[in-house]
Amino acid sequence: MVKGHQSFIFESKPVILASATSAGPFEAQGPLAEDIDLIHDDIYLGQDSFEKAEKLMLEGAAVKTMEKAGINKYDVGLFISGDLMNQIISSSFTARTIGIPYLGIFGACSSSVEGLSIAAAYVDGQKVKYVLTGASSHNSSAEKQFRYPNEYGAQKPPTAQWTVTGAGACLLSTQGNGPKVTGATIGRIVDMGISDPFNMGAAMAPAAVDTIEAHFRDMEIEPDYYDIIVTGDLGSIGHKITLDKLIENGMRISEKIYKDCGMMIYDSEKQQVFAGGSGCACSAITVYGHFLNRMRRGEIKKMLAVATGALHSPLSYQQKESIPCIAHAVAIEM
Amino acid sequence: MASNKNNKLNLEQQKYQSFAQKREPRRPLLSNCLKAFISGGAICVFGQLLHFMYIKYFSFTENNAGDPTAATLIIISVLLTGFGVYDTIAQWAGAGSAVPITGFANTISSAAIEHRSEGYVLGVGGNMFKIAGPVIVYGVFSAFVVSIIKMLVNYMGGI
Repeated sequence: MVKGHQSFIFESKPVILASATSAGPFEAQGPLAEDIDLIHDDIYLGQDSFEKAEKLMLEGAAVKTMEKAGINKYDVGLFISGDLMNQIISSSFTARTIGIPYLGIFGACSSSVEGLSIAAAYVDGQKVKYVLTGASSHNSSAEKQFRYPNEYGAQKPPTAQWTVTGAGACLLSTQGNGPKVTGATIGRIVDMGISDPFNMGAAMAPAAVDTIEAHFRDMEIEPDYYDIIVTGDLGSIGHKITLDKLIENGMRISEKIYKDCGMMIYDSEKQQVFAGGSGCACSAITVYGHFLNRMRRGEIKKMLAVATGALHSPLSYQQKESIPCIAHAVAIEM
Repeated sequence: MASNKNNKLNLEQQKYQSFAQKREPRRPLLSNCLKAFISGGAICVFGQLLHFMYIKYFSFTENNAGDPTAATLIIISVLLTGFGVYDTIAQWAGAGSAVPITGFANTISSAAIEHRSEGYVLGVGGNMFKIAGPVIVYGVFSAFVVSIIKMLVNYMGGI
C-alpha cells in the first residue's frame, strides 16, 4: 500500500526467514566477524580472478541462506540481486548457478536494501512464497573497475573509503518466524555536484538525508519510533554530515540511535580504511548479518536500514559528470 | 572542491558543498610534502649509491652507469609491486614513490598483474600502459616540441 509520496507499507509483513553473509580475510579482522557465516582466508577464494571470487562469495551466501531456512532452491520463486560490477556479472553468474528465476538490479551500494524492498513487495503483493535477495562487492574487483590497479601506488586521501569484500543474502517468506519487513521508502536521485569518487560519504549523505526525511514524513512517525537507524556506507564523514544536516533541517534524531555500517564493519584504529567501509557488501553484511542477528536475539525491536548508493561509472567520472546518489530505506520490525 | 568548478553549481549545491567541506578532514599537505621529500630523496640517494657502485666495481663510466642503475631500480620496484608492498609504501610516501623511475615501473607492472586474468594479449598487452601510456604520449610529444624549438634557435644563430 502506498503511503505518502514515496513510501510503501507491506501489510502482510513479509518475514525474513533466514539470512547469511560471507566475507574475506580483512573483514574477518573487524569487529563484526562473529556475525559472518562464511569467512574466506584468501581474497581469490582459489579462483583465478577477483570477479570469479566475488561471484563465489555471493553464491556461498545465497546457498547458506537457503540451507539455514531449510528451503530447497526449487521452492524459491524469485532471486533478486545486485552488485557493483559492469553489467552486474556477479549477480547474474550466481543466478546462472543456482537456477532460480532472477531479477538483476543495480543500485550500486544501495542494492542490498533495494533488493530487500523489491523482494518484500513481491512477497506482499504477489504472494510469492519464497524470495531470495542478495548483494555482493569485492574490494579488488571494485578497485580494478572504478579506480586503479590494486598494486598501483596511488596515495588515497582521508575521505576515501574501503570497499568491503563480501556478500549477503536474505530469504523472505509469506509466513514464519523472524524479523518482518514492514515498510519501505524508495529514494530519489540527489546530486549535490560532488564529482570526487574519493569522497563518496559527502556525495551520498544528501541522498540519505532526503530519504530519511521522506520516510518519517510519509509514515507520519517520529525518529524515536525506531531503536536504531542505520545508513549503508557513508563512513565517518558522511555520517557526520547526515546527522548535522538532519538536525539542521529540524529532525530530532539522537546520535545514540543513528549508526553507519561503514563505521561498524572495520576497526578504524587498527585497520587502515580511511573514512570507513563501502560497497554493496558493507550494508549487506552489517544489516543482513549483524543487525538481523541482534533482532533475532531480541536486542533490537525496530530498525530502519537506509542503504546509500553512488550511481556513477568510471566513464561518467572521466567525462567530468558529478555523482548522482540514491538512498533506499526499509523498516524491519521484530 | 576547486573554486572554479563552483560556477556550474546551483546555490543549493554550493551551500551544501561548503557545509560538507567543513566536516571533511583536509589532506595533510605539509606532512605529505615532507614524506614525499624524504622518501623520494631516499630513492634518489639509493640510486646514486648504485651509480657509484657500478662505476667502482663493474667498470662502468660516469656516462653509461645510469643504464644499469635505472634497470636495477626498475627490477626492485617491479618485485615490490609483485609482492604487494609498493602500494603500501606509496600510501605513506605519496609523490615520493610516484615521481622517480620506480613509480613508472609500478604503474606498468601493477596494470600487467591486474589484467592477467583477461589473457596475455587483451589483458596484459592491452592494459599494461593504461596509466603509463599518457606519460609516454605527452612525454614524447613535449620532447618533440622542445627539440624543434632548440633546432630553430640553433638555426637562427643560437644563444
